Amino acid sequence: MIFGAEFPPLSHIVNWPEMVGDDTWGINKVVLVYLFAVVLTVLFFVLGSRKKELVPTGAQNLAEMAVEFVEDGIVMDTMGPEGRKFTPLLLTFFFFIFFCNIFEIIPIIQMPATARIALPLALSLIAYVTYHGFGMKEHGVLGYFKHALVPPGVPPALLILIVPIEFISKFLVQPFSHAVRLFANLLAGHILLVTFAVLTSSVWALKPTAVIVPLPAFAVVAFTAFELMVSFLQAYVFTLLAGVYINAAISHEH
Amino acid sequence: MSLSVLAQEAAAEGITNTGLAALTYGIGALGPGIGIGYLVGQSVQAMARQPEAAGMVRTTMFLGIAFVEALALIGFVVFFLAQA
Repeated sequence: MIFGAEFPPLSHIVNWPEMVGDDTWGINKVVLVYLFAVVLTVLFFVLGSRKKELVPTGAQNLAEMAVEFVEDGIVMDTMGPEGRKFTPLLLTFFFFIFFCNIFEIIPIIQMPATARIALPLALSLIAYVTYHGFGMKEHGVLGYFKHALVPPGVPPALLILIVPIEFISKFLVQPFSHAVRLFANLLAGHILLVTFAVLTSSVWALKPTAVIVPLPAFAVVAFTAFELMVSFLQAYVFTLLAGVYINAAISHEH
Repeated sequence: MSLSVLAQEAAAEGITNTGLAALTYGIGALGPGIGIGYLVGQSVQAMARQPEAAGMVRTTMFLGIAFVEALALIGFVVFFLAQA
């Protein structure tokens, strides 16, 4: 307790009571945010492609810019032209994650759905199945394990050391770190906003210190702007890494 | 003023697991902090020297940041695990 500020325990800021149903199959605020994000993602592209005109306006213009950003900025940079077929997957990743993240700073809701590990883990497992699946399709099952685990130009004596390290990093740690990167960033941002909001309200309630209330209040505003950037950047980074992993799995050159 | 309050709190409760976890995370954030600083500094230099390569440098920079940052974020998760 500092300044009479009682910081709520972590379970208070990320656990939400079920509105409908029980513990296992209920719907709470986080699930509602998932559903919202799904609806927004679908709506964005349905509206964007409803009537296709040669000179795009409005929603179509926005959707085309979005597709171009993902295709030129992520797909072409990481995989080159042969990665074009993964554009729909990465586009969905980017917008679904972005819409889940952006609810962090939307008033009243203010809960990023990606601050619970379930969603990032599920998304990273989709990416995991995709890159290993396409890698095995490209190289054959045994060929893929050789491609993934044995780096070229390594002396045979070192292989006994390299192969287990590559196996752990590519098959066990990679999906975990892919998910944790998104999850921890959004959880940290959420806690940051909660901290300054709690500080503002408790400083306001404690009369003699109320003169410094502009400081934490300004911090809330500034960090909200910062979190807008973070939610965009984390969606970009997750998608970019999915592209890099797919490229590492399907590429032939070494 | 807040420092003295903090000191009183620590004296009253003894050093807690939470305090240790927070301190350890602080130490753990040093490495990634240095890493990201160096990485972005070098990228800015590269972009200033060769502005036409800025797009490629930026993509690679974000990729590097993501890998370095993962260490700090794993520390952040471990911080919550260690608190319990």
